[in-house]
Amino acid sequence: MADLTSNFIGIKSPNPFWLASAPPTDKAYNVRRAFDAGWGGVVWKTLGLDPHVVNVNGPRYGAIYGADRRLLGLNNIELITDRPLQTNLDEIKEVKRDYPAQAMIVSLMVPCEEEPWKMILPRVEETGADGVELNFGCPHGMSERGMGSAVGQVPEYIEMVTRWVKANTRMPVIVKLTPNITDVRKPAEAAKRGGADAVSLINTINSITSVDLDLFAPEPTIDGKGAHGGYCGPAVKPIALNMVAEIARDPGLQGLPISGIGGVTTWKDAAEFLALGAGNVQVCTAAMTYGFKIVQEMISGLSDYMDSKGITSVDEIVGRAVPNVTDWNQLNLNYIAKAKIDQDLCISCGRCFAACEDTSHQAIAMSEDRTFTVIDEECVACNLCVNVCPVEDCITMEAMAPGETDPRTGKVVQPDYANWTTHPNNPAANAAE
Amino acid sequence: MSSDVFAEGIKPGRLDQESYEAQFSDLHPPLDAHEALVAADRCYFCHDAPCITACPTDIDIPLFIRQIATGTPDAAAKTILSQNIMGGMCARVCPTETLCEEACVRELAEGKPVLIGQLQRYATDHLQEQGIHPFERGAATGKKVAVVGAGPAGLSAAHRLAMMGHDVVVHDARPKPGGLNEYGIAAYKTPDGFAQGEVDWLLKIGGITLQHDAKLGQGITLQSLRDGYDAVFLGIGLGGVNALGAEGEDKGGVTDAVDFIADLRQASDFATVPIGRDVVVIGGGMTAVDAAVQAKLLGALNVTLVYRRGRDRMNASAFEQDLAASKGVRIVTHAVPKAVHGNGAVREIEFEYVDEDMNGTGQTLRLAADQVFKAIGQTLEGDDLPELDGRKIKVDGTGRTSLDGVWAGGDCASGGDDLTVTAVAEGRDAAMDMHGVLVG
Repeated sequence: MADLTSNFIGIKSPNPFWLASAPPTDKAYNVRRAFDAGWGGVVWKTLGLDPHVVNVNGPRYGAIYGADRRLLGLNNIELITDRPLQTNLDEIKEVKRDYPAQAMIVSLMVPCEEEPWKMILPRVEETGADGVELNFGCPHGMSERGMGSAVGQVPEYIEMVTRWVKANTRMPVIVKLTPNITDVRKPAEAAKRGGADAVSLINTINSITSVDLDLFAPEPTIDGKGAHGGYCGPAVKPIALNMVAEIARDPGLQGLPISGIGGVTTWKDAAEFLALGAGNVQVCTAAMTYGFKIVQEMISGLSDYMDSKGITSVDEIVGRAVPNVTDWNQLNLNYIAKAKIDQDLCISCGRCFAACEDTSHQAIAMSEDRTFTVIDEECVACNLCVNVCPVEDCITMEAMAPGETDPRTGKVVQPDYANWTTHPNNPAANAAE
Repeated sequence: MSSDVFAEGIKPGRLDQESYEAQFSDLHPPLDAHEALVAADRCYFCHDAPCITACPTDIDIPLFIRQIATGTPDAAAKTILSQNIMGGMCARVCPTETLCEEACVRELAEGKPVLIGQLQRYATDHLQEQGIHPFERGAATGKKVAVVGAGPAGLSAAHRLAMMGHDVVVHDARPKPGGLNEYGIAAYKTPDGFAQGEVDWLLKIGGITLQHDAKLGQGITLQSLRDGYDAVFLGIGLGGVNALGAEGEDKGGVTDAVDFIADLRQASDFATVPIGRDVVVIGGGMTAVDAAVQAKLLGALNVTLVYRRGRDRMNASAFEQDLAASKGVRIVTHAVPKAVHGNGAVREIEFEYVDEDMNGTGQTLRLAADQVFKAIGQTLEGDDLPELDGRKIKVDGTGRTSLDGVWAGGDCASGGDDLTVTAVAEGRDAAMDMHGVLVG
């Protein structure tokens, strides 16, 4: 069993798996169950000013599914906590007292003025919480009131509020970012300028999950109407990974700790966030889908992976893939691969053939007896066949060795690295910066 | 257990009433909507799918399963029925384990095919239970076609001909239409009057008249039909039963399995169907298994199915063999009947063991038997038929016989397996060829 203990901006937890600020962390009952199940920390569901908000009393979630009704994406229109501030503070204090080893972060969202922040921060400090997370990400409801993503979409506001918070508390401050922007580095830079100890991302993505074709209304539908919600779950992971990587590899942001959020469902997802620069991860949808017990798989899986790699601390994984994230123009155009189909694993479904023949390069041949083989003369190694094949590892991409001749182009594979910036076909290679 | 199971002889009412209902309930209960969605999700939507190739009627299986998965089972049913108008019956009786489901790539991948047969039933039931008939007749052609035999081949041909605008008269020897669907399939495969319900539904196309108690040579002749109609389709099945060739086979209690199965299907109350205490079924096909299993379900104490070759050579699929075994049928292989013993009625039947080449070994087996069912194959019956190929009517790929204006399909015709689904395909294809000839 590898050592999974985590120290994220000075906040210690038994493992790097935190529950994100969301319904699972709304009250003491849930959080106690989470800690008992093994979660390393929680970000308590966002507190606001009294009088507390009022939620809709119709459906708050919408979903999209994969095969066998596996939940792939979840959308919500729930707001921040709808309980009195003092009730939450009392429960936070009581739970933190009973679970001193687990991380207790409190998410906050109050109006964009310094006074409310000055008021609420000492009260949170008084609970013994380990830190605060500023919710600049919630994309629905609260944003209409000038909070949440309405702040997160304006870097100047992020910087201003972060500065107020840092000036009024000794607690570490995490700034939670919205993905509903064009360049995530801008809000991250603003948070850093404001003095944030870390950023967390991503919050949910503006979304309509589906349309009721009888009512002609978006879902979830409240009395015939629907409003956009915040999208999360496995489907958003690729978007989140990219945003985490964008921050992690930005020279100006290097060293800014990141708490990775967005579709983390398995230990593998978590490890990928860590590898792209996240110091820990936050989970919500997976817990909401399967319950708190999933953390046991995350713990055992990450531990086994670390043992198999000889990695002794979580920090050794953090950022390890960042040097390999680059821009397209740095990719080696001399690297040539070809698809290869393992005939022993192939079940002859022909999906690779349909995909390649109909939508790609006609690089897969189909025989009378349904044997599928790659035509190297046509294969550009696009990987679509690998992606649509239902059998893992049945189709692989095999790199050609330098010196071999690519049957598609008739050219010899070169050993040296050459990217688009030096390619003769690139008229913009020397464009003014 | 009722004490009547121990009574010797052929007797009705061996079980109590509730037992009959339980014994003869649906072999595969229908999938509910949730089960259908779970099953449909497993389909990979293969390219040029092997399951389609394996289906004698070429149903576009991946398409209909995708239609189920996307919440449109009636569209799925139309996909099925446009290729196979008896898709509902085929979903119940097809040996899917040797056809579509054997070819399913998930059978290769995981040993668990997509439940194609049950999904087909889900879709066709969904449509038919609403009484929807999704096909319409084309413009009337003024042509009249005679179909002989209201079984799967004949009704399939009739439906397609009616759809093309021809007027069709279907002649059948039995009082009810359906052929083997009505008279020749185990009751537990098609309970609740499904066969008649399907025929009623099929006839909604219009333009088809049924003529009962009309058999070639009795009331009608092939020549009279050729004279009176623009074309003739023969789907007369195999009316005769092969003899055992064993000494004493005329003794009481020795009957044809097909008659037993037909009587059972027509019985309004299974308790009235008499069955022996010690039953021996001779044969290795679906009919043999249907008879053996149903004998057991009726309360026979000992049922033995005896086949002359190994299990791998049996026409009954492995699934059917396992079904028989699971119901308590003993399967004896490599044995041929030599003599039926008894004084008037059968008491014992004697077999000789044979090797793989059917050479006698000299070793014998005697089984106690008060009832023996012969299920060693059926034969074509009738005079003045078109030219034969072996023991069946010779046809080409589109069902044309040696006689002008006469087509044939189903079990009576050469080529193809003796399966419901094959008969439906042959009837359909012959109808399309007839249509081409009729409208010239």
